[in-house]
Amino acid sequence: MVQIKAGTKLFSAVCDTQIMVLRVPADDLDVTCGGLPMQTEEAAEKSSMLGDAGEGSLVGKRYVDEAETMEFLCTRGGEGNISVNGVALEIKQAKRLPSSD
Amino acid sequence: MNIHLILQMAADSMPDREAVICGSQRLTYQDLSDAVNSLADKLEGTKKLAYLAETGTAAPVAMFAAALRGIPYVPINYRLAEDQITSLLKRVSPALLISDDAPEVEGITKISPVQVFSPGKSWDGFAPDEEGNIAIELFTSGTTGDPKSAILRHDNLMAYILGTIEFMSAKESQSTLVSVPPYHIAGISAILSSVYAGRRMVQLPNFSPEAWLKLAKQENVSQAFLVPTMLQRIIEFTASNNETLDLPAMQAIAYGGGKMPHSVIEQAMTLMPHVNFTNAYGLTETSSTICLLDPDDHRDAFQSEDPAVRARLSSVGRPLPAVEVEIRDDDNAPCGAGDAGYVFVRGEQVSGEYHGSGSLLDENGWFPTRDRGYLDDAGYLFLDGRADDVIVRGGENISPGEIEDVLIEMSDIKDVAAVAVADDEWGEAVGVVIVPADMTTPPEIEAIKSHVKNQLRSSRVPTKVKFMEELPYNETGKLLRRVLRDVFST
Repeated sequence: MVQIKAGTKLFSAVCDTQIMVLRVPADDLDVTCGGLPMQTEEAAEKSSMLGDAGEGSLVGKRYVDEAETMEFLCTRGGEGNISVNGVALEIKQAKRLPSSD
Repeated sequence: MNIHLILQMAADSMPDREAVICGSQRLTYQDLSDAVNSLADKLEGTKKLAYLAETGTAAPVAMFAAALRGIPYVPINYRLAEDQITSLLKRVSPALLISDDAPEVEGITKISPVQVFSPGKSWDGFAPDEEGNIAIELFTSGTTGDPKSAILRHDNLMAYILGTIEFMSAKESQSTLVSVPPYHIAGISAILSSVYAGRRMVQLPNFSPEAWLKLAKQENVSQAFLVPTMLQRIIEFTASNNETLDLPAMQAIAYGGGKMPHSVIEQAMTLMPHVNFTNAYGLTETSSTICLLDPDDHRDAFQSEDPAVRARLSSVGRPLPAVEVEIRDDDNAPCGAGDAGYVFVRGEQVSGEYHGSGSLLDENGWFPTRDRGYLDDAGYLFLDGRADDVIVRGGENISPGEIEDVLIEMSDIKDVAAVAVADDEWGEAVGVVIVPADMTTPPEIEAIKSHVKNQLRSSRVPTKVKFMEELPYNETGKLLRRVLRDVFST
């Protein structure tokens, strides 16, 4: 488990997934991807995924927990699902705004 | 968070998509990223990266290269007089300056926009992610005094982009025509938004209605941002050439940067019914847009019989989801709906900070925009000029806008501005500068005075009237009221 705050980059240990922390509560969080804890540095060799991979992660999407107490930006997609404390995160549905610039 | 992430994600996810076009130059996101890494290698030991040139492909390269090296990017208005440029460069020094033609200033090393693309080593470091790092320093337009150097931090700009744009939401066929200058906040946000959305930028260095229309057709442009005067000139140009505004590929036009005359937006909507119009209100100090009047708002207002709804076409819309707007009176107390006061804004994208004078945010994070305005009961923001432009006549606050709105209705007046003039009895009184529709037969001064008196009240009646062939606007359509005040004081 690593100390994370807004701006922290996390790398999947099993796939290409990279995320950036946008906001998190002060509690200790167990952030995993494909079943293994995410790391603050990219591993030279990836491990095998644990359990069910799910739909994977999508670049550019923002991931939140059900109560939206935390938010992550997926900066590179991959096959692994992102979870926190054992619960899979969901894609945040944002209101589409017209382009203003 | 560092704004370089925007380019990194785009280059990772859509390397072969076209990112930017200017003249014969066309760069994909991968090309853009390669050019950024190459320029970053030339920035070893550089404290700031300044840019003094027309818009071009070197502008986005410079902005992202500065971000990659964690140094501020400082675009400067190349249209200023040489002594003004020298004085700004002295404030920026020491720096590397991208320019073809700049005065010599100690501490400023120059390279040309072409040299930005000269082959070289590629920097392979990572963009620093220190909290509070400065991304951009932007000189405000200085319509009320010396230009101030506004500070925009990476966190402000990223909050704006993440709060308003969905990554890669543009289709590969979409493109946006960028005709705002690179030193304007709209020129900065155009780069950030377009790259994050994956929307090709088509750059137009020198705006003219003819060049804009030609490029829009040639590149099948689907989107554009215009300041109101540009839209007005495009409409006038097509009318005077007996042409129709035939832009079948155009889907959306956003406008901002100054007050849009009611008649111009109504004409534009009539001439281009298939286009979605969006009014964007924002300031340099707020990392661009804070309020939007969206396409549905435009159509609802345009078609409505209800005067309150119809009036919204003159509003700047409602705040973005992550932005709060509050109106306060002279005693700093919140105003109710419909009551005019000072516009305050709060949100992560709001910097409100300048070199030299520090942060203008209050203890709760509110930024005084120094714009005046009111919110209607549905939360639409109506602007009413700058606080500095208010005419204080014997303790009564008079907004120039209310007088201008009344006078522009007169058929023999083409353009009008009201400013404060010195008055022995009241301290200040109303002076108006009028651009007659026909300079040889200007309206009668008595007719002007009685029109204001009948429509408003006697305190609004101008004591001084001058006629001019045109009003002084800067290149982004901001009225230079300072110049007009000088006209009356000499």
